[in-house]
Amino acid sequence: MNILKKLAVVLLVLATAACTDPDRFGGGAGGAGSGAGADGLAGSASDPASPQFFNQTIGDRVLFAVDTSTITDQGKSILDGQAQWLLTNTDYRAVIEGHADEQGTREYNLALGFRRANAVREYLVARGVPASRLEVTSYGKERPIEVCSNETCYAQNRRAVTVLSFSAITS
Amino acid sequence: MMKRILAFLVVLVLAAPAIAQNGPLRLTITDGVIEPITFAVPSFEAESLQAQQVASDLSRLVVQDLAGTGLFREVPATAFISQVSSFAQPIAYPDWRAINAQALITGAVTVSGNQLIVKFRLYDVFSGQELGEGLQFAGTVAGWRRMGHKVADAVYSRITGEGGYFDSRVVFVSESGPKDNRLKRLAIMDYDGANVQFLTDSSSIVLAPRFSPNGDRVLYTSFESGFPRINVLNVANVGRQQLQTAPGEMAFSPRFSRDGRSVIYSLSNGGNTDIYRTDLSTGQHVRLTSAPSIETAPSLSPDGTQIVFESDRSGTQQLYIMSANGGEARRISFGEGRYGTPVWSPRGDLVAFTKQNAGRFHIGVMRTDGSEERLLTSSFLDEGPTWSPNGRVIMFSRETQGAGGTSSMYSVDISGRNLKPLPIQGGASDPSWGPLQP
Repeated sequence: MNILKKLAVVLLVLATAACTDPDRFGGGAGGAGSGAGADGLAGSASDPASPQFFNQTIGDRVLFAVDTSTITDQGKSILDGQAQWLLTNTDYRAVIEGHADEQGTREYNLALGFRRANAVREYLVARGVPASRLEVTSYGKERPIEVCSNETCYAQNRRAVTVLSFSAITS
Repeated sequence: MMKRILAFLVVLVLAAPAIAQNGPLRLTITDGVIEPITFAVPSFEAESLQAQQVASDLSRLVVQDLAGTGLFREVPATAFISQVSSFAQPIAYPDWRAINAQALITGAVTVSGNQLIVKFRLYDVFSGQELGEGLQFAGTVAGWRRMGHKVADAVYSRITGEGGYFDSRVVFVSESGPKDNRLKRLAIMDYDGANVQFLTDSSSIVLAPRFSPNGDRVLYTSFESGFPRINVLNVANVGRQQLQTAPGEMAFSPRFSRDGRSVIYSLSNGGNTDIYRTDLSTGQHVRLTSAPSIETAPSLSPDGTQIVFESDRSGTQQLYIMSANGGEARRISFGEGRYGTPVWSPRGDLVAFTKQNAGRFHIGVMRTDGSEERLLTSSFLDEGPTWSPNGRVIMFSRETQGAGGTSSMYSVDISGRNLKPLPIQGGASDPSWGPLQP
């Protein structure tokens, strides 16, 4: 029993390791709600304790207006759900990834994506999620999920995605 | 009637002052319209059988370099009256004057084993004398292109009175794959797109490389860890290590100081991005800006005393200049739209930048006090200018629109003339132009 449990943890850690490879965005990242990044974590969307539930039912991402990092009302309700989930499922950590659309210079967009990721982290922390479980990064305009060059795509690309990883160490 | 014809002839002669020049051959590069200097390059003499191919290729490369500037125009070999079969042979000036070649470049190539020796002479045809002395360069047969660039640099320099830029390299990001899964790897090439070599693989995103002042190292931003970090790469052995920055969640936008001994860069903490400097030998960090806004894309003045950078402290991206030690900054960009990625010119007089306005992107230049702004390009997405070693040409990235959009590199004169793409395979972005090679 003990060995099995350990084995399961090892497998989950392996899956998490695979998730930290930035090229994981390769497969199916274009599909809406594909939960970019957390595909390696097991579970089904009907299980409220599963990462799939977090990614698809609650929503793993919030969107932003042009050149802003202000969280919208819609964003707030998604993040309220994320915070609640993280408070219940304490074995998970998250990396919040900020992104920008292509309408901006590369380095500015990195900084802008970081601002967005940080705005999400601050919101989640304000809702009680320990800051120690949340990391932030930014991909700037390097990883669009929609590829057209107009506002319908840009709106989807200006996002902050909360990417879960399993961590047995977290209290 | 006869008088009329005579008058017409006089006008013709007067209308061609560039050809019937007085004094030595000299082209002053100005922002005005330039009448290109005409030149002829008879194929360099091969001093041995095995030198034939390289002699011919090398002469063509000299022509390409010079004509590629838009400042020189080749008189093709089909127009030649006399041939130059021997490097030592005296020049029949009237034959070159007759075909309006203002400059004549002759050369000879020797190959022995792996060694290549190139000699050349430059003649001022209308003054009927040699311009400067004959020069000789030695190198390897494999490195023949560098020898050709060196000849062209010497010619450019003697005629314009300015440094050349042909024997230089550019580090850039080579791109492949679709827009939503783009693979990026660091690569290096000659200034003209030849000899592309990869410096990293494409397993993680790399961005915005920058050459060290003497070209021995490259700084770039890497996503190896999933978080933007700065790497230093040794060009000769491709060894690389992470820069130990001040503590922060993200580090990016690195550039070397003018002496190559420290790095200025952006560091992000708690959503805020500021500019820092780290001394490479002591590991000491100095924070140069402390504003709640985004401060990034720093670039040092040639004398190393000032930094131009971008900040959105006013609400949108604008350009500012501060002391290299930080402190108060003054805004220099006041036109419409947003300004980013400032790069101080090697001559010190201009700042190149990316401007975003009314849905278009431009590469532009302005004086360091913000005056005389000039936009050189316009497209869906131009960004990231870098200066040629002599401060006459700017290279940048241009991305095309839409789902199939790709990135390529272009160069343009600071006059806005001679815009052209770099002829390399695949996508490419973020060029950083290195120094003239020794």
